[in-house]
Amino acid sequence: MIRKLTPVIEWGTLLLSTGLACFFLAIILWDLISKGAPSLSWEFISSSPTDGMTKGGILPAIIGTVLLTFITALVAAPFGICCAIYLNEYAVDNWLTRIIRASIRNLAGLPSIIYGLFGLALFVQGLQMGTSLLAAGLTLGLLSLPYIIITTEEALRRIPNRMREAALAVGATQLESIRDVVLPSALPGILTGLVLTLSRAAGETAPILFTGVAFYINKPAAYLNQEFMALPYHLYMLSTQHQAIEQVRPLAYGTALVLIIVVFFLNLSAFYIRYQHSKHE
Amino acid sequence: MQLATREKIDNAAKLLFRMTGLMVIAILAGILLMLLWNTAAFFLKVKPFDFITGTQWNPSGSPAIYGMLPLLVSTSLVTFGAMCIAIPLGIGTASFLSDYAGKKLKSILKPAIEMLASVPSVAIGFLGIVVLGPGIAGMTGQSNGLNALNGAILLAIMSLPTIITVTQDALEGVPNAYKEASYSVGANRWQTLILVTIPAAAPGILAAIMLGVGRAIGETMTVLMATGNVSAFPKGFFHSVRTMTATIAIEMGEVPYQTTHYYGLFAIAAVLFLMTLLVNVVGEYFVNKYRKYQAA
Repeated sequence: MIRKLTPVIEWGTLLLSTGLACFFLAIILWDLISKGAPSLSWEFISSSPTDGMTKGGILPAIIGTVLLTFITALVAAPFGICCAIYLNEYAVDNWLTRIIRASIRNLAGLPSIIYGLFGLALFVQGLQMGTSLLAAGLTLGLLSLPYIIITTEEALRRIPNRMREAALAVGATQLESIRDVVLPSALPGILTGLVLTLSRAAGETAPILFTGVAFYINKPAAYLNQEFMALPYHLYMLSTQHQAIEQVRPLAYGTALVLIIVVFFLNLSAFYIRYQHSKHE
Repeated sequence: MQLATREKIDNAAKLLFRMTGLMVIAILAGILLMLLWNTAAFFLKVKPFDFITGTQWNPSGSPAIYGMLPLLVSTSLVTFGAMCIAIPLGIGTASFLSDYAGKKLKSILKPAIEMLASVPSVAIGFLGIVVLGPGIAGMTGQSNGLNALNGAILLAIMSLPTIITVTQDALEGVPNAYKEASYSVGANRWQTLILVTIPAAAPGILAAIMLGVGRAIGETMTVLMATGNVSAFPKGFFHSVRTMTATIAIEMGEVPYQTTHYYGLFAIAAVLFLMTLLVNVVGEYFVNKYRKYQAA
């Protein structure tokens, strides 16, 4: 009896759990696409909100998210790549390196809202930046830093030692070997990690809540010292804080779909870089 | 270029790279210091014991009451619910991926799980409001389905990809000799999975669970949108709750700087920091144990 039931339990458990995991993704995509697609139009992505947010588009939010992601990359990429170079190329295994690595792992595990508080205390209040695009960008940069370090170090680790040794043997200094040999060959791996991290940062809301995001800005051209609109926050406000929640639901669906498209587009470009590179090898 | 100049540049670069490494420590120290400083300022006005054991969080009342127990219980309740769903599903899916699925099926399922991982938390929270909420409301007869159960299901979805990926790595890391030995004494695939592979990969699976717990505890937007945000003491899965992260997110935007309430929110963040730190340290312990076992 038990012997006969075993295959049923076996396939039942495994297929059910795998099926449910896929079902979640299917529901998310199906609901957002089927209800979000009707609100998508050229006008929706190319105009500002009008009539107290009940009509019009989300252009300022799209611009805000793009600029914010750009600043995040400018802050986190050079910093993170330099740190990964230090860890993989220079550092020996001593207590200092171990503390640095432990710090990176802990930073990666910190809740994003704590980065928001840190950004508020350090950039907005401490450094007197006020709630602004720059403060929010710096905060998201800090949040992305550990991920960029981890992925870059992994990419550097895959470069075989003989390439470094060959460069050193023909008389290059260590910096020249890193600049001309190691970094160019690790570039696809570094880029993949960077783009995946940025796709995460583009969808983050909690860290920018207190550091600069606003529900409505009448001038879409954002300056570094001004507040800005962002897609994830716009979605949050439209779906929970608006006075006419039912009326703006189509707009919320449209915003959610645009956000998902931006994030998936970044993800797909990362996969494309990885795929191209793996074909190359 | 002269060799001397090149060496100078080389040394300068080395110094720069090391500086960035030290900056990372400085960032973590800065976050810790900020939390400690503001928490200390809070404890000058409110007794730590009252803060930790108080059963009411009502900072705008008169007198203001700062008891974080309801928030802590809410966070624990939602995280516990999420793990009850995500752990069995995660281990089941990971086992399917590592031992049962063919190469072709795997190449479809892997990207699907990566896609699920990349959905922004605010989009998941939105679906909690428009899909899951009405669904729960329909089943229970409540006016809206924004409660702890809703948050738990959403958090389960969010932590699933992490748990699946790390568990799968752990399962695939089990040496083939173990499975072959099991097959050779007549065990079938299912018996091998349950009695050999999963126990052998247990430390790695525990590390996966810890990562999932860490993610669920610290998640803000999803619970903020889907759990209803009632700061009364949580009564169960079918009641609205308000987690620590949601409380910080809601109230930080409204409080004046440097007030007791402001410091109180940093104190909640400090507790949150300690919780995630603890979860990470436990997870790391299991990862190290697992590495040692793999090397052996």
